[in-house]
Amino acid sequence: MSASDLVRSSLRGTAVSLRRMPGSVAASLVLVLLLIVLSGISPFLEPVALTKDLALGVTPAGTAGHPLGTDTLGRDVLLMSMAGTASAIVGPVAVALGSTLLGIVFGITAAWRGGLWDAVVSRACEILLALPVTLLAIVVAGILGGGYWVTVAVLVLLFAPSDVRMVRAATLQQLPRPYVESALALGMPTGRILTFHLLPNVAPIIWANLFVNVAFALVSLAGLSFLGFGVSAQAADWGRQLADGRAFIFQNPAASVVPGVLVIVAAAAINVAGDWASSRSERRAAR
Amino acid sequence: MAARLAQAVGVLMVLSVIVFSLLHMAPGDLVKNLVGTRRVTDEIRRAIVEHHGLDRPVVVQYLTWLTRAVRGDFGTSVRSGAPVLDVIGDRLPLTVGLTLLAFVLAVGIGIPLGVLAARRRGTGVDRVVTTSAVVGISAPGFALGLLLLHVFAVTLRWFPTHGGGEGVADRVWHLSLPALALAVGTAAMLVRITRAAVAHELSQDYVLFARSRGLGRRRTSLMVMKNAATPVLTSAGLVLGALFGSTVLVEETFSLPGLGQLLADSITFKDVPVVQAIVLLVAAVIVGVTLTVDLLVLAVDPRQLDHRARRRPIR
Repeated sequence: MSASDLVRSSLRGTAVSLRRMPGSVAASLVLVLLLIVLSGISPFLEPVALTKDLALGVTPAGTAGHPLGTDTLGRDVLLMSMAGTASAIVGPVAVALGSTLLGIVFGITAAWRGGLWDAVVSRACEILLALPVTLLAIVVAGILGGGYWVTVAVLVLLFAPSDVRMVRAATLQQLPRPYVESALALGMPTGRILTFHLLPNVAPIIWANLFVNVAFALVSLAGLSFLGFGVSAQAADWGRQLADGRAFIFQNPAASVVPGVLVIVAAAAINVAGDWASSRSERRAAR
Repeated sequence: MAARLAQAVGVLMVLSVIVFSLLHMAPGDLVKNLVGTRRVTDEIRRAIVEHHGLDRPVVVQYLTWLTRAVRGDFGTSVRSGAPVLDVIGDRLPLTVGLTLLAFVLAVGIGIPLGVLAARRRGTGVDRVVTTSAVVGISAPGFALGLLLLHVFAVTLRWFPTHGGGEGVADRVWHLSLPALALAVGTAAMLVRITRAAVAHELSQDYVLFARSRGLGRRRTSLMVMKNAATPVLTSAGLVLGALFGSTVLVEETFSLPGLGQLLADSITFKDVPVVQAIVLLVAAVIVGVTLTVDLLVLAVDPRQLDHRARRRPIR
């Protein structure tokens, strides 16, 4: 089968499963797509959204020119929420990719080599896993106080242990399989066996986990900025908006309710889409 | 068992080292942090350096702090000047109350719904329960809390918007919205785990055998529940630890003067002794809960004892 045939048949497969897709999944995929588009254009929205109108101050939803009202600095809530998408999406995606990469590197090598290396990696993971990620993230990000990307790096480190464990377990399951033995018997270099033989076989689990990590990182990052750690006070960010909006919830509830709903909807959409993707890949693997 | 205990102590030790070194790596002048808003004269600086032994190597400082901490002396709070244990003691009851209330709600909602979904697997009921669980897992306590606050406290005025309340009944009334916000995510997680565990047991041969032998519904489901209890118990324990991390956020949402808010404020003010003590206290609770859960699981299912022998890696 030529490459174009392969693409065509997989596209046909997608079309069939699209028709059978449950409504909630379809809605989630649309939402995820919308979030990606919004986070692409939000850097251009940010300067406009952060324009202050101190004379205006807090106004309720429905004010002329401001459908969701304004905050204490007279900034438009709708524009702020749209501009906050990048901050809500880009960091979590980076966290998920980073921790997955660490998970692959440490998980596969620990399972493959065993012995001392495995013991060191496993014990380190166990210690980090014994503690709640949220609490540790609050303490570390709060103390270091280094801004958005430092916080993202902290979350990568805190998310990695569970990924390492997962990849290690999946690799251990693959090791006794005949294809590994035959690769070894052929005298292939270790790096080649790990990257081209083992990795593709653990990949489905990694993909499924990636979505869960993005959703969880989104919630963690928003929580940190809600507490005032992780993003600068001026930035357009949902967690930040939520915290600020609490102070004038009686004057303009939309200022805190809207970013709150956005956090929940975004995380739920990513989780539903991830669930669907993982059950699909499971079914394909079972075939 | 001794090994398990040693492991628990090891986790606490490593954590105390991490937190201690973190606080020393923190940007800013430690002396300035300790003095707070007062002006730092050379005299004051010398006195503080001497009092806290800041001129000694970090390792010595850590060991001094550790030996005092083991004896129950966690120093004095930089912000309030009161002993750290007193400061924490003031805030502890509210957070413990909130966490327990949330835990009871989560277990009371999550486990029955999970069992229901497993028994009705593939039906509409199952689909509704599992979909709501995904949404529940995605909804962080602080965002959900804000929605609850808006609907039930600001718009409907059924509940207070802030404060911890006086007396038992008033306190429960003040804590019910925050506890609900805190419980939803945990309940959702328990739904998924319970559903998976019960569904797995229901598909086992012994259930079919018991039914074919004409055993009553009650006796069979008792067997199923007992076997499904291990994963559910384990995760319920783990979840209790995770609850605390979210308490910080929920307390902030509802302006509750609990341990979580104390932690957030202490981090902002760089109140080093308080942060250290709270992190260690929480870690000790979590390690303790995990240990208790392990023992409970053994009591429910003694077969787990031989698992150790089989857990060795294949290679």
